[in-house]
Amino acid sequence: MTALDTRRRSAPTTGRKLSDVGAVAYCVAILAAGFAIVPVVYIMYSALRTNGQLAASPVGLPRPLVWSNYSQVLGSGDFWKMLFASTVIALATTVGVVLLGVMAAYPLARYEFPGREALYTYFTAGLLFPITVAALPLYLILLQLRLPGTPWGLVLPQVAFQLPVTIVILRPFVRAIPRELEEAAAIDGAGRFQFFFRILLRLTMPALVTVGVLAFVGSWNAYLLPLLVVQGSDWTTLPLGVARFQSDHSQDTALILAFLSLAMLPAIVFFTLMERKIVSGLSGAVKG
Amino acid sequence: MMASREASGGSTDIVGGAQAPPTMSRPASAVTTPRRTPRRWREIAVFVGPALVVFSAFVIVPVVLAGYVSFFTWDGGGDLGSFVGLDNYIKVLQDTVFIGAMKNNAFVVVMSLLLQGPVALAIALLMNRKLRFRAGFRAMIFVPYVLSEVVAGAMWRLIFDQRGILNSLMVQWGIFDTPQDAIGWLSSTTLAMWTVVFVLTWKYMGLAIILFLAGLQGVPEDLVEAAQIDGASWWQVQRRITIPLLGPTIRVWMFLSIIGSIQLFDMARLLTNNGAPFDTTFTMAMFVIDRAVTNRQYGYATAAAVVLFVISMAAALVFMRFVMRRDNETVGKGAV
Repeated sequence: MTALDTRRRSAPTTGRKLSDVGAVAYCVAILAAGFAIVPVVYIMYSALRTNGQLAASPVGLPRPLVWSNYSQVLGSGDFWKMLFASTVIALATTVGVVLLGVMAAYPLARYEFPGREALYTYFTAGLLFPITVAALPLYLILLQLRLPGTPWGLVLPQVAFQLPVTIVILRPFVRAIPRELEEAAAIDGAGRFQFFFRILLRLTMPALVTVGVLAFVGSWNAYLLPLLVVQGSDWTTLPLGVARFQSDHSQDTALILAFLSLAMLPAIVFFTLMERKIVSGLSGAVKG
Repeated sequence: MMASREASGGSTDIVGGAQAPPTMSRPASAVTTPRRTPRRWREIAVFVGPALVVFSAFVIVPVVLAGYVSFFTWDGGGDLGSFVGLDNYIKVLQDTVFIGAMKNNAFVVVMSLLLQGPVALAIALLMNRKLRFRAGFRAMIFVPYVLSEVVAGAMWRLIFDQRGILNSLMVQWGIFDTPQDAIGWLSSTTLAMWTVVFVLTWKYMGLAIILFLAGLQGVPEDLVEAAQIDGASWWQVQRRITIPLLGPTIRVWMFLSIIGSIQLFDMARLLTNNGAPFDTTFTMAMFVIDRAVTNRQYGYATAAAVVLFVISMAAALVFMRFVMRRDNETVGKGAV
């Protein structure tokens, strides 16, 4: 036993021939990372060139730097309007999902009442319905409520479709809060609502961030529902804008490159920072 | 129907608010006698009510409604048009464009699993060690996944277009004389679906790698070390220990990949300019939206959506039942 222990200690994980495996690992990592980001980087720096330069030499370096494409996009009110719409709608969706989700998860996790599991199953059934199936009848309902063209027409359905995943992820977290804490709070005179707002929200914060990030990503990148609900309105979001911009300026490649770069920049910065949250949320959602 | 739901949700809220502040009346009882009090039910209603109303109104009602409106000639207005029974379904299942779309989705499912899975697994296994800049590599590999499908589709269309960047490059290198002579990445009926698969691979390979790397964190180091001490080669360790232990993660990824491929829409629509050439790159979801928005055949499109739902549900259930069964036993009740 002791012999084995010492041997194990003397054979470090990166020992022996593993050093050349290490070189392979770096090569693989560089290739994989390159495959992923080269097109993105290419788009971003090519937007610093003119159409003439692009035609003459598609992969040349921007020399001198041409800022006019970027400034033309940033100077148009359209881009900012769409950025604003996307941001407001994504934030409202996130707040709605997190608040409604954690409120629903609380009794589903911590109350004993008849029909609780049936109610939980009812919510989880939503995981089975892709938005494609519901989109057209949903549009009919939104028409009755006069919601197409308004941010609510997008936020409410997005919240609804994100709720199942949110509740599935949050329930175990809410359940894991020790009962003693709730009892202690009750003895100190705190009711259920005070316990919920003062204690539960704070203790489940990491999980709330996870479901919030998932909701934000989903809303920010959404295309199908915005296409039906806010296309052509004042609340046109960035993905819709990208699609429209590409067909409107099909002759002006450099300008499309600039628009694309600016449209993807916020997502890249924010979402790569949140990578771990997104991954844990995704796998958590499937495992239930 | 919806109005009454909203009203009932609202009324419980009001009743709850009209009560004396619950905190003052019976502090400890909430925990010690947890049953039967009407106040308890009001608490439950206040907490679950809003989610229940929103979820029912915007998910369940539309899904149920989908089954209903697929029997009508609805053209997207407030009026459903005339009842046509199963006509829409019969037409959809005989529609060559929809059948082509089903085949395209099947192709995407198979190619995604075959291309992304093994390559991503190999990359994850090779990268699963203490690397410098590990976080940086992970972040870069993850970039395509966080981009919206629309941005990815638009971006790759600039590259693969007939007069796009790739063909211009081939002209510059002297392979072709003009872009028109070059390769129709998106305009050749045989090649276009392969281009879609390539872009999907680019977009989702990173997710697979990151998921696998996360799963590899759960493989106990002792096991690997013990095998190494017993003289197992790197490949033997991977094959006998690491990959089997990674099984649940691989199956989760397969599930996400299959369902995502069946519902493919945004990226393919942008990349192929809505199914070009000659509708050969349509997916089922693109068919649904195109027939609704372009042709205003909302009833017909809804029937196609229901078919899409049945296919995706069947795939999910079969996969859960036969492939993920073991995992679900250990993980718990299985939400889906």
